[in-house]
Amino acid sequence: MATSARTAAPPAARKVPQHRPGSKLRRHNTIVGWSFILPNFLGFGLLTLVPIVVLFYMSFTNWNAFGTADWVGFANYERLLTDGSFRISFLNTLYYTVLHIPLTIVASLGLALLLNNKLRGVAFFRTAAFFPYITSIVAIAVVWNLLFSPDSGPINEVLRAIGITEPPGWLTSPEWAMPAVVIVGTWRDMGYYMVLFLAGLQTVPRELHEAARMDGAGVWQRFVNVTLPCLRPTMFFVTVMLTINSLKIFDLILVMTGGGPGQSTSVISQFIYRRGFEENQFGFASSAAVALFFLCIAVTVVQFLWNKKRSV
Amino acid sequence: MSELLDRNITQRTLRKLDDPKPRRTSRERSARYRAGRAIGYIAMIVFAAALLTPFFWMIMSSLKSANEVFSVPVQWLPETFVWSNYVEIWSRSDIITWIRNTLLVSTVVTLLQVLTGSFAAYGFAKMRFRGRDVLFLLYIGTIAVPWQSYMIPQFILLTEAGLSNSLVAIMLLQAFGAFGVFLMKQYYETIPEELSEAARIDGLSEYSIWRKIMLPLSVPALASLALLTFVNTWNDYLGPLIYLRNPDLWTLQLGLRSFVSNLYDTNYALLFAGLTISIVPIAIIFMLGQRYFVEGIATSGLKG
Repeated sequence: MATSARTAAPPAARKVPQHRPGSKLRRHNTIVGWSFILPNFLGFGLLTLVPIVVLFYMSFTNWNAFGTADWVGFANYERLLTDGSFRISFLNTLYYTVLHIPLTIVASLGLALLLNNKLRGVAFFRTAAFFPYITSIVAIAVVWNLLFSPDSGPINEVLRAIGITEPPGWLTSPEWAMPAVVIVGTWRDMGYYMVLFLAGLQTVPRELHEAARMDGAGVWQRFVNVTLPCLRPTMFFVTVMLTINSLKIFDLILVMTGGGPGQSTSVISQFIYRRGFEENQFGFASSAAVALFFLCIAVTVVQFLWNKKRSV
Repeated sequence: MSELLDRNITQRTLRKLDDPKPRRTSRERSARYRAGRAIGYIAMIVFAAALLTPFFWMIMSSLKSANEVFSVPVQWLPETFVWSNYVEIWSRSDIITWIRNTLLVSTVVTLLQVLTGSFAAYGFAKMRFRGRDVLFLLYIGTIAVPWQSYMIPQFILLTEAGLSNSLVAIMLLQAFGAFGVFLMKQYYETIPEELSEAARIDGLSEYSIWRKIMLPLSVPALASLALLTFVNTWNDYLGPLIYLRNPDLWTLQLGLRSFVSNLYDTNYALLFAGLTISIVPIAIIFMLGQRYFVEGIATSGLKG
């Protein structure tokens, strides 16, 4: 990012002479430049950067509701490693992530390919696809909870009608609760990622498709050998965003299942919320938050490096 | 006329949809082409049904009587349309307070975000000064950091400042996101440098360039940012959940949620009416500004 910003620097700035008068201009530029950023940076720094720094400090203390904090070293982290419900939350988060990412990519890419055709009704369809994404999580949760209701819900009724005599208990069953949440998560997110893929599809050069067709490539071959490689930057961005958004999944689970039944849908964010805001163990909760922080950063960095290696 | 138009679209779609070899006879083409189109339409209908059925069900249920919501077998259409649900919800809940709070927070957040975001973006996109790139990297870096990881220290800081249990906390929480700066910077970089250069030669200060040249030119991006911010704030659930204890301060999302958990014999038909009411403003805003939503999201993804 920094390199691209530097290469995009205005040519005029380079004309600035390198001797003394330039340094005065540069100082003036610095002051004006900072003054532009300051109003936003005040809020951003105080409400994002400072809390992140404080988070690391807190994770090494036994900070609790009374605001007393003693340095406890790595005690919170040691406890975290042996904490059964953290382990479950961690595994559940991975489970959600591993299911949600491929499902959403396939669904949203499929939608984008479909909408990239000039079929009639495409405009209406794009609106429909985007609608779940702008709907509030509370509405989504309430409606899907009832749709998933095992005995009186429309979903199981349809399943019974097509011959499945014992449809899953969905949100009431420990095995099916997470798949149900993933289905709703995918339903909500696919319109958003579809827009990203649609933008990416516009950058695929027509000539490449034409050339491949001349060489006798079929629809599927062209998709694999032309469309997908051209979509790689988009795919990278989508995967990174999807991974972060899956790892931090919280609101959907909180309103749909509350982590239940049992702990079958409990995730890391919820673990942090419980320990922090419900049990006031701010220090311990912070150590779990640091774990989430590094998980997201690590995954992003790995994907970034992998993307770089492949593009060389 | 429409036939002419159709053939035009036909030929264009032809190339995209199944790209037959140009040497093929026209009859072969149209047969393959029709099959492809039919599959496309079927896929579209299936997808649309999956996407919209929950909304259809929600609206229909909001017009049922309380018992009818859970009737077995499922009734997709209400027996009699109980419009009174939409009257009752206003008197049987504090929905007016919730809407007022939500509207206030969303508006203030949107104004702050658009103003400070576009202002900072100008600094990042059009100025050169020491520390700029490092600072921008900090902004970008936090996009990978989930809010859930620092919500606790943030809560403690705002509580220390005496702002917990206040709408101001929610406003501050949402108003200074890195996303707005990023989105606006992307857009400003597409505006030719010569414009601001010429203005500088004419003696305009950087602040005037931002206000008189950049702001008017970036209306589409401002609209994108404003719409996305407004919708996000309107729908936010976690922020209000953590900060707002006092029922007088509840937002629409918190209020409707309490509606589910508090009433033992929740009247679901009434609840669905409330949910529908909470979605309608967003739906209208979205329909009006759809183009800007889509553009805003597409821009944010251009430069992974």
